[in-house]
Formats: sequence, C-alpha cells, structure tokens
Amino acid sequence: MPARTRKPLSRIRSWGPPLLLVAPTIVIIAVFVYGLIAVNTQVSMTDRHSLQPATRFVGLENYFALLTEDRFLHSLWNLLIFTIVFIAGTMLFGFLWAWLLEKGVTAEGVFRSIYLFPMAVSFVASGVVWRWLLNSAEGDRASGLNRLFESMGLGFLQNPWWSDPTWGMAAIALPAVWQLAGYVMALFLAGFRGVPIELREAARMDGASEWKLYRHVIFPQLGPVALSALVIVSHMSLKVFDLIMSITKAIYQTEVPATYMWVVLTGNDYAKAATIATIMLLLAAVFIVPYLNYTNRKEREGR
Amino acid sequence: MTAAAPTSAALSLAPAARTRRRILSRTAKYVLLVIFVVVVLTPVYVLVVTSLKPPADVNPATSWGLPIRWPWEAATEGGPTGFDNWTLAWNALAPSLGRTFAMTIPAALISSMLGSMNGFVFSLWRFPHANLVFTLVLFGMFIPYQAIMTPLVQMKTTLGMPSNVVTLLIVHIIYGLPICTLIFRNYYESVPFEILEASRVDGAGMLRTFGSIILPISVPAFVVTIIWQFTSAWNDFLFAMFLSDTSGGPVSLALNNLAQGAQLSNYGASMAGALIASAPTLLVYIILGKYFVGGLMSGSVK
Repeated sequence: MPARTRKPLSRIRSWGPPLLLVAPTIVIIAVFVYGLIAVNTQVSMTDRHSLQPATRFVGLENYFALLTEDRFLHSLWNLLIFTIVFIAGTMLFGFLWAWLLEKGVTAEGVFRSIYLFPMAVSFVASGVVWRWLLNSAEGDRASGLNRLFESMGLGFLQNPWWSDPTWGMAAIALPAVWQLAGYVMALFLAGFRGVPIELREAARMDGASEWKLYRHVIFPQLGPVALSALVIVSHMSLKVFDLIMSITKAIYQTEVPATYMWVVLTGNDYAKAATIATIMLLLAAVFIVPYLNYTNRKEREGR
Repeated sequence: MTAAAPTSAALSLAPAARTRRRILSRTAKYVLLVIFVVVVLTPVYVLVVTSLKPPADVNPATSWGLPIRWPWEAATEGGPTGFDNWTLAWNALAPSLGRTFAMTIPAALISSMLGSMNGFVFSLWRFPHANLVFTLVLFGMFIPYQAIMTPLVQMKTTLGMPSNVVTLLIVHIIYGLPICTLIFRNYYESVPFEILEASRVDGAGMLRTFGSIILPISVPAFVVTIIWQFTSAWNDFLFAMFLSDTSGGPVSLALNNLAQGAQLSNYGASMAGALIASAPTLLVYIILGKYFVGGLMSGSVK
C-alpha cells in the first residue's frame, strides 16, 4: 500500500486538515464535558459546603456521608419507583402502538403523529396540565382525573396521586409515559419495518398463522430495538427533573437525585451537589458505556 | 398466497368464519387505536377548554365540561371572559418569547454547521482513531448535565457571564454538538465513496470537497439538526433554571413562573400560557414532522 511508504510529512499533510476541522469541537468537548466532569469530581472530594473556598481534600468522605443519608436514599428509592413505572409504561404502550400500526392501517400517519406529538411539548408545559389532572382532591371537591373517574362510575379509582407517600412517584411517572411512549413506538416501528420481507414471506409459505409469524419470526428480530429503547428510556428516567419541578416543585415527597442536587446547589453546598452529580453520572455510565461499546462493535461487524 | 399453503391451519376454518374473524380483529384494532388517540389527546382538551374559562366558571363539578359561557358570548355580556386568561398569559410570556427565539435560532444554526463539519470528518475524511474520538464526543450527549453543572455555574460566575439567554445560547451550542455530529455522520455514511474519489482525482482538497460536493447534498440533515436543536433548546428547562433568571431567561422559565404563581382558580392563565409556549415547537412538529422524527431516531445511535 502506498500509504505505508509515505513520509511522515505527507502523513501529517493528510491527517492534519481533518483534525483541524474537528479541532474546535474536540477542544470544546474536552473542556466542557471531560474537563468539567473532572472539576466536578474534584469539588466532590473537598469540604466546600458553602460559598467559602474549600479548605481541604476529604477523599470519599462526601460519598460515604451521602450514601448513608436517609434523604438521599429516599430520593434513590423514588427514582427507582419512577423508573420502573416509566419504563414499563413506555415500553408497553410504545410496543403496543407500533404493533397495531405495523401494517395495513388506514391513516397510519395520522395515528402515528398523534401518538408522537407529546414529544414536541416541553415537560414544563405538560406539567401545567398534569398538575391539574393529578389533583389530589377526592369526592365533591375532586377535579382532574379523580373527577373523571367519579363521573364515569369508577370512583374507586380515585387516589391522591403524587401526594401518596408510598406510591406517589408512580403517579409522577404517568405524564412521563404519556410524553415518551410515542418515542418508543417510533423506535419499534422502525424495528418492525427492518424485518426482512423474505422472512415474513417464508413463514407464510410454511403456513404459519399470523400470531405464530409474530411470535416466532418478527418479535425475536426486535431484540436490538428493544435494547436501544430500554437504554434510552432508562437514561431519560435518571435525568428526570423538569417534570417534577413543574408538577410538584422541589419537595421532599417527590425528590429524586436530580431535584435534590438542585436544592443542594441553590443552598451553595458545592461539594455535596458535586457528589450527587457524580453518583448520577456513574449511574448513567452503567447503562451508556456498555451500550456505546455494543453499537460500536455492531457497526464494525456491519461494515 | 392461499394456494401456496394448502395445509395452512388457518385454511381449515370455513371461509365465512375466516372473513368474520378478520373483520372482527380489524374492528378491534381500530377501536383500540381510537381509544388511545382519545387518551393521548385528553390533556390537550383540558388545556384548551380550561384556558377559555373565566375564573368565575371554574368549579370542580364542571371542570371537564365545555365553558358555560364561551369567551365570545361572555364578551358581549361584559365582565371577565376566558380571553382574559390569554391576555394575562401573553403579558407574562411575551417578553421572553423574543429572547427565546434569539437564543434558539443561532444555537441551532451554529451547532448544525459545526456538526456537519465533524460528521464529514468522522465518516468520510477520517484520521487515525477517528472512531474513538467520535465515541468520546458522543458520550457528551448521554451524560446527566448535573455532572457538569456545579463547575459550569462557578465558571459562569467567574467569567461574569450574564444570567440570561446569551449564556444559554453558548451552552446550547456546546451541548448540542454531540447529537449534531452524530446525525451528520450517520447521514454522510450513506454518501457513496466514489464521489470523494472523483474529487480527489480532480485534486480538490478537503475544504473544497466539503464545500462544493458535501454541503450541497446536506440539506436534509441540516433540516433535521436545526429542528432538533431548536426544539430541545426551546423546551430546555434544566440549563435555564441553573444559569438564568426570569428577567433574562427563556420562555420555559417564564411559563414555570406563571404556573407556580397560579392558584387553582387561575389555572386558565397557566393553561393558556402552556399553549402559547408550546406553539412554536408544535408548529414545527406539525409542518416538518418527518424531519423531527429523523432527529428522534438518531438518538438511538444506530
């Protein structure tokens, strides 16, 4: 190959320009993603709990303190409940909608656009209406969904929604499901469309019933899409902030690490805020790093 | 097809029963689809109807019903009308709307431009370890932004950056880079290599190839990234909360301020505000939905 015999100078001549073209981005990302993550980690290992500068390095002390703090564990527990309902809801409805729309539906585009539209709205805007829908008043004073249940003869479904101390976080996940199920639907639809037509034809030739065709031929092909959807939805769940701030404000009842971090940082406890943030980053990395590796590997195999 | 599979289990049913079953399952499918449409659109109904009710009409018992008096009827009778909600919301949000446009449009354009340059290099004009560098850039779009927020807030204070949309504009450009790069890279992956070879034979350098061959065919990808960046910057609340205040921040902050200040009796104004604040992104979605979905799907990497 001629490239092997090139002199170093010509190698620089061919690598130099592309490197220069992406240099601004590389520098920006290096500083504002990796640099700031490094500073954040460093701050989290100091005793900077006020506006005063840090006086000393405390190692992992802040981490130990946080991980044994009831309030932080409560926020993690809330996040877990939220995540379970959020993932189950978006995956269930997203999959169901995609399946229903998968083939031969008149006005498919209209249905798809309607299911997906909440994605275009901000959490702050949807929070306004969901705060109304999830009003905790019951009986005569009920409004929102409780009133709707009552008037439909489903009064037993009335509940205090997010004011419930145990299951309140599950109620907060409802708007999130409403907002993002359409996104999961779009992913699954792309997955359905990606199943080679020959596979379907072959199964039909073999006399497989419609259900068997799905069960044994099409669903198994959706594994990678389901994985993508799961990773994306989980990491969105970890970041949930806007929705909670908009529906309940930053209160203890519905606190998750993201809103707790806000409360702590506005109280100028820099070290603690940085500690919460690092834990959030680690939680996200657990999903994201293997996923990026996986897609990278798949891409290389695909070439 | 039926002839090709004479032993099919489905065929053992009498044709009439089969047709009946097919009609039944088709009907069930459409009934389900329509039920879900109603569920998904319920919040929209609530937003519109509540925004049109004057405070006097707000009553839990009739909260799901249409307004007792429509604003145009009430207007002739005098007294407060549902339009007052809209006036109130407009007055609360109007100052921030212009600022938000001034922030989102340049942010979308600049990160798209940088993204196309990056995407070109990472897919068509690579350098050694370009893939690794690309993955490292990509990681930036998955981090919880809290992980950089504490130092970012400190940096903003140290540099004396203002608590308004100017700072947010810069921030949106920076953190929009990974997704824009990704979208352009995926788009350019489908460009046939022969085009590049031809231009290399012609002796065109990198910049000329990019400017005269690649940029002209990049319009669809630009539409996707511009829409995506516009929508996410418009809807952003996290950076707005940490880095700006209501006097200089974007519309999401103004809306939140309006909504949090509202009592139950004043839901109408917050709902009108939510509709006003969502109008630009909803319009983009309705008119350019296809491209919006394109941006969405790129979030799943491949």
